[in-house]
Amino acid sequence: MRFLFKTDYEDDIRLFPHSGYFVSYGLLLAVLLIAPYVLSSYLMSQLVFVCIYATVGVALLILTGFTGQASLGHAAFLAIGAYTAAYLQKYGVPFPVYFLAAGLLTGLIGALVGFPALRLQGIYLVIATISFAFIVEEILARWESVTNGNEGMRIKAVSLFGVAVSRDSPTFYFLCLAVLVLTIVGTLNLLRSPTGRAFVAIRDSETAARSMGVNVALYKVKSFAISAAITGFAGVLFAHKLSFISPEMFTLQLSIEFIIVILIGGTFSLHGAVLGAIFIVMIDPFLTYLKDDMPGIIAGIAATFGAGTQAAANVQSKVAAFASLNGLKGAIYGIIIVLFVLFEPLGLYGRWLKIKLFFQLFPLYKRATFKRQKIYVKSERNR
Amino acid sequence: MLDFVQQLVSGVALGCVYGLIALGFVLVYKATEVVNFAQGDLMMLGGFFAFTFIGMMGLNYWIGFAGAVAAMALFGMLAERVVVRPILGYPQFSIIMATIGLGYFLRSVSGMIWGTDDFKIDTPFSQGVLRIGSLVLAYDKLSVIAATVILCTLLWLFFNKTTLGTAMRASSENMLAAYYMGIPVKRVVSIVWAISAAVATCAGVLLAPITFIHSNVGLVLGLKAFPAAVLGGFGSIPGAVVGGVLIGVIESMAGFYLAEGWKDVAPYIVLLAVLLLKPEGLFGLHVRKKV
Repeated sequence: MRFLFKTDYEDDIRLFPHSGYFVSYGLLLAVLLIAPYVLSSYLMSQLVFVCIYATVGVALLILTGFTGQASLGHAAFLAIGAYTAAYLQKYGVPFPVYFLAAGLLTGLIGALVGFPALRLQGIYLVIATISFAFIVEEILARWESVTNGNEGMRIKAVSLFGVAVSRDSPTFYFLCLAVLVLTIVGTLNLLRSPTGRAFVAIRDSETAARSMGVNVALYKVKSFAISAAITGFAGVLFAHKLSFISPEMFTLQLSIEFIIVILIGGTFSLHGAVLGAIFIVMIDPFLTYLKDDMPGIIAGIAATFGAGTQAAANVQSKVAAFASLNGLKGAIYGIIIVLFVLFEPLGLYGRWLKIKLFFQLFPLYKRATFKRQKIYVKSERNR
Repeated sequence: MLDFVQQLVSGVALGCVYGLIALGFVLVYKATEVVNFAQGDLMMLGGFFAFTFIGMMGLNYWIGFAGAVAAMALFGMLAERVVVRPILGYPQFSIIMATIGLGYFLRSVSGMIWGTDDFKIDTPFSQGVLRIGSLVLAYDKLSVIAATVILCTLLWLFFNKTTLGTAMRASSENMLAAYYMGIPVKRVVSIVWAISAAVATCAGVLLAPITFIHSNVGLVLGLKAFPAAVLGGFGSIPGAVVGGVLIGVIESMAGFYLAEGWKDVAPYIVLLAVLLLKPEGLFGLHVRKKV
């Protein structure tokens, strides 16, 4: 086990606390860089979605995880970014310009949403962001001169330096990866700056933050704006990846999916956004795989345990019928969410930390280290 | 003028439905400070239970209704025991997520069991209409209004006049202190979930002739009932009904007088406006923490 002696604050906020970090992140980067030349095109496509979802997850973490302001309206920010890109591209604006413009516009709208949200807390904030998302969705469907209404908009491939970049090409993947990495590095730097410390202070106690001289209103609006802007950038990539956008893609369902990303990944660290994104994007192909292969596997098991060929075929068809039931996916989704909230409240990254600590302290690990405290006293109504 | 009154009445009837669902939200919130996002789905499930008893098994309407309410009360207790009790005391957000998950689960499972068609329950009062002058009022809508008034009054009396109601309010303010005062907090929470599931079932059954029952009805109406509860101030029983009626009337007026598309957003615009001016809702209590 390695001991880190921190002698000043600079040591404490260092991005790479020791050389091991260079090795592991360097390896990860290398793997990600060779991925497009190894993986199948389907997996590559999923990987691009992981990058986009992770970017949104980081944005949501800034707002929900680090500033403590819940939002169920991030699909709307994503939509604003996507539509800005599609609209500007129609008028021949080059990619770097509309990419930045989409982020700026979304950030501006995020700040505008942040102002009314200043006075709201907890459940009221959740419902206010849901309302905002509904209104945006309806505007997208009705403002036909700009958004083309329910028919949706097509968006052409990115053109970088005059070369068209297909949405399935490795270059597009590298673009998404670059945006994700820049977002993560930027956010890490933000979080160790005075702004980031103010965010965390507001999350932990608004009253305490205010009495320490933190301008709560200013930082909440900042947090909303930054989070929205990053989501806007992700929206541009999202639009390019899908190449077609319409209002019904940006529903409450999508906002909930983003929340699930950070919930499953873990809300206390940026690793959570990436892990959660991998989980959410990969669960679909995984379930499809199970649906296709599970009946055969179960029938095989039944056959080895002495059931006759007839019985095994019977079992196989029954399991297949069950697996192709309509809505099974929704039920599995629901169960996963509930199980994570109940048994893994720190998310996948929390589980990773637990496993790591288990091996570091090998015989001495105790479960209570990660136990969260329950508070039965505080009423969230009066704070 | 007649159009206006007609729209007003149908808005009030629709609003009472929202109010009934919102009552469920408020009940759970009032007793445990938990926001139950699966409330609409409990309503949907209640409607399906009633449909099974009345439509498929051919029971008498009232017996089927009572059976569905009883079954759902038990189901509410079960849901509380399995999903909510282990995370009581954790931040509100975990519980919101858990109930969203529960909602997903209920929607898909009921879709698997009952299919995705629309179902209708035959009620003793689904056909007739009441005519006052040239005003036409359908009995099924009137029944919703009547039931809302009765349930709201009963629940208000229950919360403010009975010992159990007082115990519920106490445990929402401070579970630990309530426990020290000898209130069996766990049982109180369990009972309140049973009551709220029962109220949701009433909403579902009364709603069945108007909007039909299908597996997504809970999501659609729940999302309308939610602003209703917020508008009224999340801890107030009359507030939930007033909020629901407001949302219903705004929706039906916007649908009648404004261009297409306003109908769906108007309630949310009003909600945002109210939250801007009065962040705690119309009837809510707002207390600042003293340090």
